[in-house]
Amino acid sequence: MKPAPFIRHVPRTLDEALATLAEVAGEDGRILAGGQSLVPIMAFRLAKPAHLVDINEVAGLDKLADDGKFLTIGARVRHAAFHEPVTANPLGRLLTYVARHIAHYPIRMRGTFCGSLAHADPSSEWCLTAATLDAVMVAKSVKGTREIRADGFFDGIMSTHLKEGELLAEVRLPLLPPDGKFGFYEFSRRAGDFAMSAALATYRLDGGKMTDVRVGLGGAEASPRRIPEAEAELNGKAPGDAAFRAAGEAASAAIEPLEDHQTDAEYRRDLVKVVVRRALEHSLI
Amino acid sequence: MNKQKQKFIGRSVPRLEDRPLLTGQGRFAADVNFPGQWAMRVVRSPIAHGRLNGIDASAALAMDGVHAVWTFADIAHIPPIPFRLTGLKALEPYQQRVMASDFVRYVGEPVAVVFADDAYVAEDAADAIELDIEPLPPVMNATDAPGPFDAAQSTEPDVLRKGYGDVDAAFRAAHSVVALDLSVGRHSGVPLETRGAVGYFNEALDRLEMHGAAKVPHWNRDTMGRMLGRTRDNFQLFEGHVGGGFGIRGEIYPEDVIVCAAALHFKKPIKWIEDRREHLISANHSRQQTHRIRAAIDAEGHILAIDDEFFHDNGAYMRTHAATVPDLAAAMLPGPYRVPAYRATAHIRLTNKTPCGTYRAPGRYESTFVRERLLDAIAAKVGVDKAEIRKRNLLPKSAMPYALGLETLGTHIVYDSGDYGLLLDKALDRAGWPQLQQDIARRRANGEKVGAGVAMFVEKSGLGPFDDVRVEVQSGGSIELVTGAASVGQGIETAMAQICAETLGVDYTTVSVIHGQTDRIGRGLGAFASRVTVMTGEATKRASTKLRGRILKLAAELMQAEPAQLDIVDGEIVRTGGTPGPSMKLTDLAAARPGELIAEDTFESTHMVYPYGVHVAAVRVDAETGGVAIEKYVMAYDVGKAVNPMLVEGQIAGGLAQGIGGALFEEFVYDESGEPLSVTFADYLMPTAHEVPESSILITEDAPSPLNSLGLKGAGEGGTNPVGAVIASAIDDALQMPGAIVTLPVTPQRLRAICKKK
Ligand SMILES: Cc1cc2nc3c(=O)[nH]c(=O)nc-3n(C[C@H](O)[C@H](O)[C@H](O)COP(=O)(O)OP(=O)(O)OC[C@H]3O[C@@H](n4cnc5c(N)ncnc54)[C@H](O)[C@@H]3O)c2cc1C
Repeated sequence: MKPAPFIRHVPRTLDEALATLAEVAGEDGRILAGGQSLVPIMAFRLAKPAHLVDINEVAGLDKLADDGKFLTIGARVRHAAFHEPVTANPLGRLLTYVARHIAHYPIRMRGTFCGSLAHADPSSEWCLTAATLDAVMVAKSVKGTREIRADGFFDGIMSTHLKEGELLAEVRLPLLPPDGKFGFYEFSRRAGDFAMSAALATYRLDGGKMTDVRVGLGGAEASPRRIPEAEAELNGKAPGDAAFRAAGEAASAAIEPLEDHQTDAEYRRDLVKVVVRRALEHSLI
Repeated sequence: MNKQKQKFIGRSVPRLEDRPLLTGQGRFAADVNFPGQWAMRVVRSPIAHGRLNGIDASAALAMDGVHAVWTFADIAHIPPIPFRLTGLKALEPYQQRVMASDFVRYVGEPVAVVFADDAYVAEDAADAIELDIEPLPPVMNATDAPGPFDAAQSTEPDVLRKGYGDVDAAFRAAHSVVALDLSVGRHSGVPLETRGAVGYFNEALDRLEMHGAAKVPHWNRDTMGRMLGRTRDNFQLFEGHVGGGFGIRGEIYPEDVIVCAAALHFKKPIKWIEDRREHLISANHSRQQTHRIRAAIDAEGHILAIDDEFFHDNGAYMRTHAATVPDLAAAMLPGPYRVPAYRATAHIRLTNKTPCGTYRAPGRYESTFVRERLLDAIAAKVGVDKAEIRKRNLLPKSAMPYALGLETLGTHIVYDSGDYGLLLDKALDRAGWPQLQQDIARRRANGEKVGAGVAMFVEKSGLGPFDDVRVEVQSGGSIELVTGAASVGQGIETAMAQICAETLGVDYTTVSVIHGQTDRIGRGLGAFASRVTVMTGEATKRASTKLRGRILKLAAELMQAEPAQLDIVDGEIVRTGGTPGPSMKLTDLAAARPGELIAEDTFESTHMVYPYGVHVAAVRVDAETGGVAIEKYVMAYDVGKAVNPMLVEGQIAGGLAQGIGGALFEEFVYDESGEPLSVTFADYLMPTAHEVPESSILITEDAPSPLNSLGLKGAGEGGTNPVGAVIASAIDDALQMPGAIVTLPVTPQRLRAICKKK
């Protein structure tokens, strides 16, 4: 469990970082952010990057700002930054609630929000959050800046549409409406483990009926995404058991479940029903 | 005023071991370094079963900093690793060589080793070694019909049979028969310190040393000495701090032998530290058994006979424990109950998986699960409560000592003492059983799936045949106690110091306990089978008593008194019974008679002692996800006499965590091709502080052992033994489906499938 040899570059500015990345990307260069996924993978030699571009010293990447429309999260912002709400908008409370489910305290002190998105684990809570809220990913390279919508960002298990030489410089999460509600639920085998399935829902109430409903699912398919079939069961309905169950059923039927040696499709579908319903129930608390 | 003589036995005094550990002064295997050492990296088979046609190490050997690569040819003169326990003749052809020769038989089997400047280079080089392995179909299932394992070997090297009484007659006469098919998953002890060994050949002294020894240093020294042509005088093992043993750490493994052979051959210090992935695929696995058990019962649920046939999946080789685990499973299965006739048939099976050994409560975690599932099934069959069915079948106190009529580990099983019914009552009382039942009924009425379980067991401890202890008052007045036992972190230094200090009349903090150093004492049996407190404890008592006599005799001469008029109180030799005259410090006596204040004694024992326990658990099941939350956990354990109740509680609490692991989380899973899937802590799930509930521990001393002077019984395995059984029982109850749980661990996937069947 000793990594293969590599060269670590420590740029101080974004330009320097992008230039270095452009230089080494072709020779299996990788960005090192919090290292909480990359370092274990290197220790197992599942990845043997020849170069690491360590972005932990890059000025400006620690941006964390609410401009009234978006919350912008820079590439150096750690999971732990969300331990307390970062904005008075309901999004602040949502992120705090979700963050608690990510790994363990020491990992949250180092792991980054953007690193989680770039790593694209199907069960990542931040990936689920970004997908559910239609986040905008801001990718930078020496060639310029590209904005990628969440539904065009993830590309299956641990894979994204980021291009060689691109740095995910920041992620913009749309703020929730001031009266926005959210609910989150995940099931994992132990506290801090990656979820076997997780759901995040947001909506507003309009005359007692749910509207602008978003239901996102993580850990159930190769990439997290919104489930329109579930949302359709909720929009225009009063929150409550019947609607929540129907949404769970719809989501369960709509997915292409991930399977592994111990988890068959049937179990995953069962879980999806439950996590969707429980996430919605959580929105009422 | 005469000072009060201090008692230490039975007190929860702080551990002597903790200071270095808490101040970062611990010295674990990886902390041992010698100048000029080479790092060793093991190249392991990536294939579960195959013909090893060739190994190309040329690229590795060409790398800077790489000194050598060894394959089978380099160690062909080293014999296979012999058996330490339960070494049946029929199993010998299945012993493991330290590297694979022409076949590989599990993923993780050593096929080559690299020696290099450091661990990084060694791993780079190991990556560059090319293996030519022709895959063969693997055997993955121990319950398949026996067949060839390879050309010369069978998948069933032996079948153990144990029993007594007329089982068939009992079944013919039975009112009814209860039959179950049960299995326990493959899991094992996973110490946080992985294995490690540092070999050093001291040419000046012609002495080979191995650092990083654990558990059984003397046996390992003698045995590896025979394998490598060294004698007990020119080969020494040194135990440092050990970050967890649990049965698996400290046995002789291929890597230990290779490290020593290489240190000798290259005359260079050789350091090998295992990584976690290696650990999970190459250190001993354990536990995987499938039982087909039947009980003949009468109308009231009294057991008339038990007939158990089981399949023990030992992986690809028979390692040092040989038949120990299935033997113990078969021998200890009857537990605390009266079983008039008994038959166990244990099929020892080979598969293309990591070889197995003992793990905390070996064979008993398995057979307690099976027996207690059986008791629950009998309760359901005759329609009585779980506690009641056990009471009906328990051996009464009046039956003690009770000769079971079975043998294990070279001893006859004779339960030395016990009041099983009393402990059951105490445990149920501690758990608030009637209230618990009411709460459960109320919550169930509200739709919650909650339930309670109870499980009982008899443990064994204090395996002989001997232990030696030497105690000496050193010139500064401190006491040195040398034993051939070992420390795996359980607190032996503290416990031995307590016994020695109270017997001698000194403070326990003045006693330093030396263990695990083969150059300090001629022989020793180490630490396993919850033996140390009993065997080393009694030897300590004896040696200390002898030393006390010697001290008083020598002091009497100097103090012009009779030894009978003297006593040792807090390190001072004083006159008793109001006899006037000055006292004398032990330090002064040691200075006056240098080298003379020393005594040695031995405790021999041909029988084990048998602690016993009861666990009670309450759980809540999430039927929609298959999740389980443990809401209450009570453990009652009779240890005869607790030298240090805090240490006993620590043993029990830690043991519970491991028991929960096997019940709900930990499993070495393989795919059909023999590829291990549980190779990191992300897929081999150890319970953490979140998953281990607060527990209530009741230590009792109702049945001191008559086999040693202090009444001691060991406490190492009682926290682990019945956990799978009691969790299964509680889950059944929560689901209101008697007998629902037949497989451990109860993963969410498995439990959800059971819930859906309803
Ligand atoms: C025990 C354990 C439990 C965990 N449990 C969870 C969990 O429950 N939920 C969860 O979501 N995560 C979990 N994680 C993962 C953790 O959240 C990681 O921090 C996260 O996945 C990656 O973030 P990082 O900053 O550490 O990225 P790194 O490990 O540094 O990098 C990960 C990958 O992303 C790339 N990368 C990083 N930053 C950027 C960027 N700005 N632009 C482009 N590429 C980039 C890297 O090159 C690398 O390929 C766990 C980790 C551990 C060790």
